[in-house]
Amino acid sequence: MARALINAPAQAKRGEIIEIKTLISHNMETGFRPDNTGKPVPRDIITDFICKYNGQEIFRAELFPAIAANPFLTFFTVATESGTLSFEWTGDNGFTATESVNITVE
Amino acid sequence: MRPAAAVVLATAVLGATATAGEIPLADRKSGYEFMARDTRAMQDDDTANPGMLWVLDGEALWKRTEGSAGKSCVDCHGDARVSMKGVAARYPAFNAARGRPVDLEERINICRTQQQQSTPLPFESKELLALAAYVGQQSRGMPIEIADDERTKPFLQAGHELFTQRQGQLNLSCAQCHDDNWGQKLAGAAIPQGHPTGYPLYRLEWQTLGSLQRRLRNCLFGMRAISYPLGAPEYVDLELYLMWRARGMPVETPAVRP
Repeated sequence: MARALINAPAQAKRGEIIEIKTLISHNMETGFRPDNTGKPVPRDIITDFICKYNGQEIFRAELFPAIAANPFLTFFTVATESGTLSFEWTGDNGFTATESVNITVE
Repeated sequence: MRPAAAVVLATAVLGATATAGEIPLADRKSGYEFMARDTRAMQDDDTANPGMLWVLDGEALWKRTEGSAGKSCVDCHGDARVSMKGVAARYPAFNAARGRPVDLEERINICRTQQQQSTPLPFESKELLALAAYVGQQSRGMPIEIADDERTKPFLQAGHELFTQRQGQLNLSCAQCHDDNWGQKLAGAAIPQGHPTGYPLYRLEWQTLGSLQRRLRNCLFGMRAISYPLGAPEYVDLELYLMWRARGMPVETPAVRP
């Protein structure tokens, strides 16, 4: 299981624009690099990221080989209601990771 | 060329390459101060600093039972946040059994082989870096304090000699860049003073966490010198001298560098 760090406010005012920062550990092997014997190392990257706010998709990203290891994604949303922000990363070789944080909106 | 002119020219060249010598204590700067604002922000925010991923791994490893002795780090040392506070700021430290200084990574491996009855972790392995980062983070903000006594003196001296010795095809010494020309540019990058305040650290160029020894190999490679195998005593001497040179500066582990 990959490690992920999420930075989202635990509390926000209704209608406030909040910043969400996500960091996940992943090698993001491009598939273009040769190993010690000259053979290319097979591609192993995260390909998709989805953030849902109370089950509704609010942000989605497609990732490609040029993205650095341990992808750090930040984005903004409007705090509308209290609930859960859930994050899901999927990638090559069946990679999948999920994380969620709670937010209270007043 | 007339002899008089040759003498003048030789003097001019010598004058230009004369060493500035050691950096006065008050003028020392961490590599942090040479970084761009974005990279600083990355180090300052624990949820943006990728080094924290290793710290979290290290915390899990600290609690994991290892080896035939069936012990975890916790069984001897308890809560690392208490017992490991300030420890990394004192390493490399003299190890009586070895008769020479050992760095933090080596010290962790001594614990693994002797206390846990397990196998040593390979240098630069994810697990060893994670443990070193976790232990190192407990000293964050504390001043580096290297023992400067009878036992460490010969190794400090050896480290200093390595630091000032010209080597490699470029015939450079560490001191020529990091004592004499810090703050200048080498290609597009600023030359820092070379204080190892944040190791193991996340280097954007590496896209991973790495030890001070890996960084030293990097410099030796750049000088086109022969690098030592990881764990070589020469590296530890140099680490010891560099940490002594950075004495009093705060630990930043896990730092971020470009």
